[in-house]
Amino acid sequence: MYTAEFDYHKVSSVADALAALAANPDAKLLAGGHSLIPTMKLRLAAPSALIDVSQIEGLKGIRLEGETIVIGAMTTHREIEHSSLLKEKCRILPEQAALIGDPMVRNKGTIGGALAHADPAADYPASMLALGASMKIESSSGARVVSADNFFLGMFQTAVQEGEMLTEIHIPANTLGSAYEKFAHPASRYAIVGVAVVKHAGGNTRAAVTGAGASAMRLTKLEAGASSGLVDAADLLSDHVASAEYRAHLVDVMARKALARV
Amino acid sequence: MADKVPISISVNGTKHSSLVEPRTLLVQYLREHLNLTGTHVGCDTSQCGACTVHLDGMAVKSCTMFAVQANGSSVTTIEGVGETGNLHPLQTGFWEMHGLQCGFCTPGMIMSAADLLKHNPKPTESEIRHGLEGNFCRCTGYHNIVRAVQHASGQLVAQAADD
Amino acid sequence: MTQKFVGQAMKRVEDPRFITGAGNYTDDIAVLGMVHAAMVRSPYAHAKIKSIDSSAALALAGVLAVLTGKDLVGAGINPIPTGWLLPDLKISAHHAIQPEEVNHVGNIVAVVIAESRAIAEDAVALVDVDYDVLDSLSLGSDALAEGAVQVHPEAPGNMAFDWNIGDSAAVDAEFAKADKIIRLELKNQRLVANAIEPRASLAEYKRAGEEYTLYTTSQNPHIHRVMIGAFIMGIPEHKLRIVSPDVGGGFGSKIFQYPEEVIVLFAAKKVGRPVKWTARRSESFVSDAQGRDHESVAEAAVSSDGKLLALRVDTIANMGAYLTTFAPAVPTYLYGTLLNGTYKWNAIHCHVRGAYTNTVGVDAYRGAGRPEATYLIERIVSMAALELGMDAAEIRRKNFIQPDEFPYQTPVALAYDSGNYEPALDMALEKLGYAALRVKQAEMRKQGKYIGIGVCTYLEACGLAPSALVGSLGAQAGQWESALVRVAATGMVEVLTGSHSHGQGHETAFAQVVADELQIPVEHVSLVHGDTARLPHGWGSYGSRSAPVGLSAITLACRKITDKAKKIAAHLLEASSEDMEHVDGKFQVKGVPERNKSFFDVSLMAHLAHNYPADLEPGLEATHFYDPKNFVYPFGTHLAVVEIDSDTGSTKLIRYVCVDDCGPIINPLIAEGQIHGGVAQGVGQALLENTLYDKSGQLISGSYLEYTMPRADDMVQLEIGHTVTPSPHNPLGVKGIGEAGTIASTAAVANAVIDALEPFGVKHLDMPFTAEKVWRVMQPKLAQAADD
Repeated sequence: MYTAEFDYHKVSSVADALAALAANPDAKLLAGGHSLIPTMKLRLAAPSALIDVSQIEGLKGIRLEGETIVIGAMTTHREIEHSSLLKEKCRILPEQAALIGDPMVRNKGTIGGALAHADPAADYPASMLALGASMKIESSSGARVVSADNFFLGMFQTAVQEGEMLTEIHIPANTLGSAYEKFAHPASRYAIVGVAVVKHAGGNTRAAVTGAGASAMRLTKLEAGASSGLVDAADLLSDHVASAEYRAHLVDVMARKALARV
Repeated sequence: MADKVPISISVNGTKHSSLVEPRTLLVQYLREHLNLTGTHVGCDTSQCGACTVHLDGMAVKSCTMFAVQANGSSVTTIEGVGETGNLHPLQTGFWEMHGLQCGFCTPGMIMSAADLLKHNPKPTESEIRHGLEGNFCRCTGYHNIVRAVQHASGQLVAQAADD
Repeated sequence: MTQKFVGQAMKRVEDPRFITGAGNYTDDIAVLGMVHAAMVRSPYAHAKIKSIDSSAALALAGVLAVLTGKDLVGAGINPIPTGWLLPDLKISAHHAIQPEEVNHVGNIVAVVIAESRAIAEDAVALVDVDYDVLDSLSLGSDALAEGAVQVHPEAPGNMAFDWNIGDSAAVDAEFAKADKIIRLELKNQRLVANAIEPRASLAEYKRAGEEYTLYTTSQNPHIHRVMIGAFIMGIPEHKLRIVSPDVGGGFGSKIFQYPEEVIVLFAAKKVGRPVKWTARRSESFVSDAQGRDHESVAEAAVSSDGKLLALRVDTIANMGAYLTTFAPAVPTYLYGTLLNGTYKWNAIHCHVRGAYTNTVGVDAYRGAGRPEATYLIERIVSMAALELGMDAAEIRRKNFIQPDEFPYQTPVALAYDSGNYEPALDMALEKLGYAALRVKQAEMRKQGKYIGIGVCTYLEACGLAPSALVGSLGAQAGQWESALVRVAATGMVEVLTGSHSHGQGHETAFAQVVADELQIPVEHVSLVHGDTARLPHGWGSYGSRSAPVGLSAITLACRKITDKAKKIAAHLLEASSEDMEHVDGKFQVKGVPERNKSFFDVSLMAHLAHNYPADLEPGLEATHFYDPKNFVYPFGTHLAVVEIDSDTGSTKLIRYVCVDDCGPIINPLIAEGQIHGGVAQGVGQALLENTLYDKSGQLISGSYLEYTMPRADDMVQLEIGHTVTPSPHNPLGVKGIGEAGTIASTAAVANAVIDALEPFGVKHLDMPFTAEKVWRVMQPKLAQAADD
């Protein structure tokens, strides 16, 4: 039940977090902790220090800046689930947040933590790709903004480099419609397949899938108008719960359902 | 060894100042430091919900946060919800509707259900079932847990328990 | 007897402590000077232990000891015995800590004792064990295959036992003349019990008096006292106290003698400090005895008009790496004897081979053998209905044993003493609206929507059991139960029972019976269980035996109290005890009710003995040891309705109707609660749960991220009914209800799924009915339909 020992640093600003990261290269950032802490309890991870960024006020909340919705990285799933701004402008996110874990997980878990962890079966990556979101990543040398298309690099791999942290998520506020359809793992309730479809202001549709492969990916065939055979099973994960072939089928089914609701 | 860290937490209205190792989970702090053994541990991967408590009024899994993270917060455990003679409506509901058997999941179930009712005072059966998806019970098949929550939310007035 | 409390849906008296967080579970107990144990477990399914280097662990501040199997063997600690012996049973020594070889992932190779749990867990990572990894086996049929790796040298070909029941020649004769043979190959997958409270043990050793106390999560503390005291550690029973306080669910998994209990007792003496161990869930998955795991071939001979003639069953039971406490009984006497079900078969034969594999031991899990038997019979009967074009309910009705045919001797040893199966079937069909639902089902199919209705008309044998009978079958334990009813001077009653409650509500239901027997207020009765220092010897709770056996002992002890009380009252009233009657809580002279003494008057005088019969002992308490004359035979009909999403293969339970007959019901709230929970576990097996080992013996489903537990949104509100057919041989006529729900529901749900898949030509599919599995069998037809 016990993790290995670690030093605990609670920080109240991004600057402090980055300074602490620089001082403890082996440290992990602690947000909601729902992926990290169980891993540490099983001693599959043993960082020497945890930098608790969950209470950085500047990283909380959802606000509209012009045509962009800015979501602080430490905004919880629950806050996203119940955000009236998002319900009005970007309903896919509240819809998705309501499907993450369970109520207690949603009370603690954060969007930034989930995205930076990049679990291949996490929900948000699909919507980030479909929304054409971008991620603000900060380090001691400044900030950079990375598009979702360039953010997810593989299983548990993102564009966030050592010494950097994800601070904001930027979402276009002028999308015309969106929907997310998830086929959940029966035990973990992570996505076996989760398809996000977003209709953008220019009339184009963007879509992406999470869970099916090693990391979330765009459904370019769907975007081009196809309604089946959207992914090649050869590119997908396969395990005792769902074979690649079945996942490929589910992508078609979930995409059809999502499209019907966009 | 990592240095112990001073923390100050209000639990069920009582302020506690303690020195804890950073790796002490909130649930271990409650059980082992404060002897509040009503909060239970049923798994080590954050699924079962037996450890659910309220942190600043919000249901959380106390096995998936460290006590140091609760520094400055106020925590409510099952011991702070109500007592014999002055039970919380959910405690009454679980008792009246036989919403528990072995009792091990019950504290977490009640804390979780309290969070549900706070945000949705009259949940439908389906909302109750989804609202409790973070809590496992192996004894009741959830039948009477659903009824307990319905009872607590005033939706089972004068109905016999077995109909 | 006037029944004032029995039959009432009384709220439970144990609940106030549980709903306020005041329960007292083993891990809640802390004692002065307590230290902590953490187990070093094998990461390999099968390996020789070459060496163990504990030096780094011992060097860690706060570590008190690292103990290995050699330490235990050297101190004369014996292996953990198997508690049920079959003829020619091949037993391999199961040491609390294995000294030389590990045989499953999770097998204990050492223990660390440290000042805190955190330090103990740190030190586990520092114990350096050098293994010589061997090939391993996970599947029962692989283990019995020619040339398989040998798990234990004591069991050639990995065969733990080879067991038969029934008359194979008679079966062959029936098959020869049958119109049709129905053949079914099935797997009954392995399950993990998953009581939400993980196992825990806390041991104390007092040098003064050389006395041990063990607090442990057990369904039957006395069994541990016998096993540890007499067989494993050689501690005189009066020097070993086992306390099983509040226990957070058992479902069988807390019956057995586990290594950790021995280890903490041994370590407590060794380090001179109380030692506690509490399992983390990931340990539970690799150390709690698991359930089921059968591979079977079944054949039924039937006539073309649906008469069931004979049944032939060949089963491989995967026993895991060691034969745990009751393991050999589960796939044999609790399985083969149950294969008759509720039907009139002319002949049955069952052959079971127990296979050793490199997996966690398999023992009793809720129902223990009976769910496996019921699943097999109820599947093959439904399959027969399908192949003969008969209705699933009607083929059952046609073959039921009739009410006037009891006692009924089955071809597989059991003699059913009572039963009346048709009313339960009719009530269930009526509750469901079966006929109308069949019409609706047909209409839905035309629209491409697939619901299925599953029928299961089960019977089970529980209330274990006549001691002489189980002894003759190999049990190394008696199966009677004890009760001590003790009346205080004030008339307050303490009932000490060998039955153990770990969620079943004995403190309430048993008090209801006692209050009625003694005609006193129910709140004057309190129940004591789970402490060998306070109770007469008892055998604990499993096999749905608490009401039929434990409560029978209590009832008969109460009747001894009443008889004595009558004598005391008669003396006080200067009447003859034959003229006394017990009415409305008073002992009164027949025909002269105003001449009476209250229970209080009698209790007080029993203790004062001032004005007392010369030939009577003072005091008012009675002990009764009750040995049942037979099993009890609950039965009923369960009907499940599922809906399958043809897009994904997802199966959802949408309705569940059950009508159970457990005899007279003591507390409907509690009895129905048992059914609810039992059904959920069976639904879990059918739709969700699976214990998967990979080829190298690693447990894939070793956490709640992979092992699918039924959640609230997987279940529906159950629609429940009862019929009442009392058991003829126990004083209350009661029959157990703890396991019936699980025994019936797995088959009911499975039959519903197969019924839903009938348009797809599916005759059988193995559980659990996970989405991809169901989707795959639907694919050919769906693809064809899409092409048309």
